[in-house]
Amino acid sequence: MNPGIDLQGSFIEILTDLGLPQGAAQALWLPFPMVLILIGATVSIFVTVWLERKISAAAQQRIGPEYVGPLGTLQAAADGIKLLFKEDITPAKADPILFTLGPAIVVIPVFLSYLIVPFGQHMVITDIGIGIFLWIALSSIAPIGLLMAGYSSNNKYSLLGGLRAAAQSISYEIPMALAVLAIVLMSNSLSTIDIVNQQSGYGILGWNIWRQPAGFLIFWIAALAECERLPFDLPEAEEELVAGYQTEYTGMKFGLFYVGSYVNLVLSALIVSILYLGGWEFPVSVTWIASLLRVSEDTAWLQVITAAIGIMMTLFKAYALVFTAILLRWTVPRVRIDQLLDFGWKFLLPVSLVNLLLTAALKLTFPVAFGG
Amino acid sequence: MTLAQGVQLVTLALLAAMMLGSALAVVLLDNIVYSAFLLGGVFISMAGMYILLNAGFVAAAQVLVYVGAVNVLILFGIMLVNKRQALQPIARAWLGQLVTGGVCAGLFALLTLSVVNTSWDISSDTPVGEGAIAEIGKHFFSDYLLPFELASVLLLIALIGAIVLARREFIPDVSPGEPESDTLQLPERPRELVSTADLRES
Repeated sequence: MNPGIDLQGSFIEILTDLGLPQGAAQALWLPFPMVLILIGATVSIFVTVWLERKISAAAQQRIGPEYVGPLGTLQAAADGIKLLFKEDITPAKADPILFTLGPAIVVIPVFLSYLIVPFGQHMVITDIGIGIFLWIALSSIAPIGLLMAGYSSNNKYSLLGGLRAAAQSISYEIPMALAVLAIVLMSNSLSTIDIVNQQSGYGILGWNIWRQPAGFLIFWIAALAECERLPFDLPEAEEELVAGYQTEYTGMKFGLFYVGSYVNLVLSALIVSILYLGGWEFPVSVTWIASLLRVSEDTAWLQVITAAIGIMMTLFKAYALVFTAILLRWTVPRVRIDQLLDFGWKFLLPVSLVNLLLTAALKLTFPVAFGG
Repeated sequence: MTLAQGVQLVTLALLAAMMLGSALAVVLLDNIVYSAFLLGGVFISMAGMYILLNAGFVAAAQVLVYVGAVNVLILFGIMLVNKRQALQPIARAWLGQLVTGGVCAGLFALLTLSVVNTSWDISSDTPVGEGAIAEIGKHFFSDYLLPFELASVLLLIALIGAIVLARREFIPDVSPGEPESDTLQLPERPRELVSTADLRES
């Protein structure tokens, strides 16, 4: 396996060469990847919002934002600054503590989940053993924040929206976890790095989507439902609930919900690309190309190129999925709440159970192809 | 003391303070919604303790099961009932509180005594850390198979029970002429009639 670039190792080596003790060099390294990922996640909001506006406009034969910045790319920044200057209103009969805490509890787990998103062999904040399970656990905290926001607003639409959000979130968590379990069964590991490595070697043919087509669809549907994207945006269905749990929120508190939903969408797309689309792998195996060109895998420039391609491929796959999510938003009508819950419990859950059983059976029968 | 040890010590102190503070608040606060949310805080700080003990999997499972499922269901229950009225002041409530406080203090003393007096058999092996998941799996299918299967059966019973309770449309197989027996029917509140005007007059 290609060792890739070890940024942490080189960084610490440079600092220790400069005369710093080992511990201090490591302590200096610690905040780097976190800050980098935080900035990356924040920038992804602007990119996604711009994509959403432009693609929505194209779907409706409009032009979309075009005055703020080139091609309207700075529109999201303008919106953000506007939200910052809006008055922060807390309704008179709302519960001020819970009202403030709600958005924070929704946003924090989403950003924390970036801990396990790998962009290359060593390009991950931390490769913890429980990997993908941490993401499932963290995403189950968000409903508490939504319930908190809905309850503390002291508004019946907010409360209904919060309850719907929590019900939707706990219903779709189960098929999603079962789909992930089938992947984990094939990879023999929960670590995101191991999951990608297990798909590498055969280019596009080795990706999990060919071995887990049903799992891919289940996971993507459940991820859309968890992100509250159309056709599953029941918690904020405008025609029924004004804006659901966001109704009473203004200013940056509303901004936090907005940020949380877009970061969550990008995160879900990243996770889908890691689990099913080979993560940082190029459609044609880079190792194979290198051997064709008779270049050693350990060559420095090749490793730099591989790392750069890795980051680009991860982002490209994720944004391709974001694109489909946005297209889905403008082509599929919203489902009703009873249809949503029926679909989750009576269709996705049995199908994902069957998928899991089939994966286990196939793994026993064809251990070569299904990671025995 | 290295950096890692210092961080561990500070985190332990913070988590312990958070856990004790929120646990006390769960019991002592009057507002039931606050209590329910603070219960989530207790569970989260407990998960933090597990992480400090090198048990990442148990920590994630703690968050998933207790915060993500149990606490959300408790909140659901409270919010669906949504009664925002203050409790009626009970005469001589302090007596009950005094007795409860006494019982709790006694229990606490008893537990402290047993914790101090037990000679804990602390293993000196290095924690498995990352390999814990595989170890847990092996134990589930060897020496802890029976408890594991019993827990699964218990969950299955709960699942079937929930489905039976949720299914209200029970069709007893009696022929049209026969009177229906009450034993086969699920208890259900009789539907209120729409026309309330007649009721109000009578």
